[in-house]
Amino acid sequence: MTKKKSRLIAEGSDWTLENIALFDSEIGRVARQYGLDTYRHQLEVITAEQMMDAYAAIGMPVYYHHWSFGKHFLETENRYKRGHMGLAYEIVINSDPCIAYLMEENTLTMQALVIAHAAYGHNSFFKGNHMFKQWTSADAIIDYLVFARNYIAECEERHGVDAVEQLIDACHALSNLGVDRYKRSPPLSMEKEKTRQREREDYLQAQVNDLWRTLPRHDEAVAATEERRFPEEPEENLLYFIEKNAPLLEPWQREIVRITRKIGQYFYPQRQTQVMNEGWACFWHYTLLNTLYDEGRVNDGFMLEFLQSHTNVVYQPPYSSKWYSGINPYALGFAMWQDIRRICEAPTAEDREWFPEIAGSDWRETFDFAMRNFKDESFIVQYLSPRLMREFRLFAVHDDESKAKLQVDAIHNEPGYRKLRRHLAEQYNLGSSDPNIQVWNVDLRGDRSLTLRHFMHQGRPLASVSEATLTHMANLWGFTVRLEQQAADGSVKLVSEQKTDRRRSGLI
Amino acid sequence: MTVRIVDRRQDSRNKSSINRGRFIRRFKGQIRQAVADAIAKRGIRDLENGEKIGIPGKDISEPHFQHGKGGVRDAVHPGNDRFHSGDQIDRPPPGGQGQGSGKASQDGEGLDDFVFTLTRDEFLDIFFDELALPNLVKRQLARIDEYKRVRAGYTQSGVPTNINLVRTMRGAAGRRVAVGGPYTTRLRGLQAELEQALDEMPLDEAEVERLQGEIACLKARREAVPFIDPFDLRYSNRIRIPQPSTQAVMFCVMDVSGSMDEAKKQMAKRFFMLLYLFLNRNYEHIEVVFIRHHTVAEEVDEDNFFHSRETGGTIVSSALKLMQQIIRERYASSSWNIYGAQASDGDNWNDDSPLCREILAETILPMMQYFAYIEITEGEPQNLWDEYEKLAATHAGVFALQRIAAASDIYPVFRELFRKRLI
Repeated sequence: MTKKKSRLIAEGSDWTLENIALFDSEIGRVARQYGLDTYRHQLEVITAEQMMDAYAAIGMPVYYHHWSFGKHFLETENRYKRGHMGLAYEIVINSDPCIAYLMEENTLTMQALVIAHAAYGHNSFFKGNHMFKQWTSADAIIDYLVFARNYIAECEERHGVDAVEQLIDACHALSNLGVDRYKRSPPLSMEKEKTRQREREDYLQAQVNDLWRTLPRHDEAVAATEERRFPEEPEENLLYFIEKNAPLLEPWQREIVRITRKIGQYFYPQRQTQVMNEGWACFWHYTLLNTLYDEGRVNDGFMLEFLQSHTNVVYQPPYSSKWYSGINPYALGFAMWQDIRRICEAPTAEDREWFPEIAGSDWRETFDFAMRNFKDESFIVQYLSPRLMREFRLFAVHDDESKAKLQVDAIHNEPGYRKLRRHLAEQYNLGSSDPNIQVWNVDLRGDRSLTLRHFMHQGRPLASVSEATLTHMANLWGFTVRLEQQAADGSVKLVSEQKTDRRRSGLI
Repeated sequence: MTVRIVDRRQDSRNKSSINRGRFIRRFKGQIRQAVADAIAKRGIRDLENGEKIGIPGKDISEPHFQHGKGGVRDAVHPGNDRFHSGDQIDRPPPGGQGQGSGKASQDGEGLDDFVFTLTRDEFLDIFFDELALPNLVKRQLARIDEYKRVRAGYTQSGVPTNINLVRTMRGAAGRRVAVGGPYTTRLRGLQAELEQALDEMPLDEAEVERLQGEIACLKARREAVPFIDPFDLRYSNRIRIPQPSTQAVMFCVMDVSGSMDEAKKQMAKRFFMLLYLFLNRNYEHIEVVFIRHHTVAEEVDEDNFFHSRETGGTIVSSALKLMQQIIRERYASSSWNIYGAQASDGDNWNDDSPLCREILAETILPMMQYFAYIEITEGEPQNLWDEYEKLAATHAGVFALQRIAAASDIYPVFRELFRKRLI
């Protein structure tokens, strides 16, 4: 008995900073055995209240101030106090060093779970996945947030809280259409931001003025420019377009638009890799802690507590359950990574047929490749196995507004697998879940009105709140903004129009 | 390679307070309305709590471009238990489970009220705001500065001076029984075996020796259970509670004749609340007496005071007489600080007003710390006002009166009172 005791990392459920450090180094040792490549990390112990604070600011340690964060805080606090929800066990920040929060109330077991999940699981995903590598700069984000907060605070002082608030409201409203989906944005850096910000102000203002300059001298030239479309290509990043082209914005307003856009861009990969990322982290906390158990470094009590919360997290209620609210990304992700390992280590005939390239391969290499090169949509298309579809008992429902009934399109059987997989992957395609709205035209010669065009996807109209969003767009643009809708057959109709002319009203 | 662990628990706790303040600032209109409603529902003694505020969801939503209902959707769900390909299913009733991505129901969302709780400070802040209180007074009222330490159970950590010996030793004894129990049971068994072995003839020496050895071993084990363990320590816990001194009684006198409508009563209520709040800061124990009157006066509970309505004329002196009587019967001793607040719309029978002045001047005011009168009216002052004005001249500092049209007019009535406290 005494012999076994010495193998345990720590005992009891109370944590101390020392045994957290012990756990971290043991988990780190095992993680390195598995070849996980991570950023350095830092663990921060916080209280429940601070956790709620962090929640409200989307987990960011520094953030600018806005009423909507206050609203989220109140919402969280309210639900927490009434016992409707537990707080998340962890928040982890994609930065270098990676910051993981440990909540004071948690037991030692939970802290170990969070360390394995966040500081090793998520952390390695942030470092390896191509979406994060391409779109975010982990080493610069904190600095950038500091810059953003200071800049916005300065603007509030100079131009008043109301003006800034109204502007940020508008930017937040457009934030999901304020990201570049295809081109990579240049890396963030506070130093550069600061030095370049002033240059940019002057330069941008000059550009915009140029755009609106009238050319009265040559009549032919006028006729020629009248033909010219602006923008020449439709622009899908509405905030980018506003930042560069809105005629009446002050330089500081352009800068704030840019800040919200940059931060939105930073979160874009997270939205696209939820299943993969959470599944990956769950897989690793499960694997790492089980390895520790196999080595005799943690005891049965530890494992029971750990498994209890683990199974809660990866539980998928069936569609008929009253707890059902869509597919649980933790459950799907965890099951998929487990399944990939199984296909590598113990493939069946079916697996060999479906996944000839990975069946029987080295699972660590396959994992590494899969983690680095996919996002949710492509990950599911590539790796969701028939066996898993059977386990989840997945079925696809086709909902056509024009039909009286729903139709079951495919279920977990041979003819259904591929269709099921395609539909499920499509569900994670942000391109089709966010409406596709682009800047279509600006009436340069006339009333300077801006036309947005919504390209309908499968005949889905916009929700009625889009009206309010359009008001925000009009506020930013400063002139009339129209929203058109283009159906699949190419027919275009005007959906709504916001008439504004800020030149006189002096708004903002 | 050791990991960096930062203990942030001592860092500023209210990182979100600015955002929270921004939120309240933005929805001040709605929150004010909610506070006004809350005040109408609350007792005048109930100002020490926060308030649950509901704001209509549509006011507070943050719009985005998103898909609405309609069009064609494919959704994948888990847990198939009955369907085959090609099955036709009825649409689930709207408002039931959302289909798939969860976006489908977004259109109808956001209509629920957004409910949150204002803290006591925020609540008071908005309450004060309406009353247009000077900042110094606000601070004075919202501040709690004296504390008393009272016992509040036991904790597992504390300073050595607070160790509670009885609790600690009781815990230690319990632990020793619990941990040592199994050894004792086994000892008892071995002891019995040993006696049996000793009784047996011929003596099995080896067996006896083995048993004795085992008994010695177990005894050592039992001895090794620590007499006291850090785990057993219990500390007396003390907490601080706010602590004002002495006691006061507050008389609320209100005219409930037909001409006092609901709005006027709400105004009067704020007047009473403010006085109560002031007293609450300064006295440990406060009693409140509610006297309502039309032609006759009666003492009632708070609910009846604000919510029942009478008709007919007004004789103010009836209330003053009743007040005088109650003071004599119940609050005669000098240990009571007596405050009075009277609200009326100014109506009184003409020949009654001089009588009122007389009662106040000769019997009531000499016993009073402060007596405040508000006349909630927009009309011309009547003779009660004239008579009271004479009083104000002779009893400055004890008697104050004011004609008010809005809640922000209330404060000047108390100006003297607060000034006295503040200097």
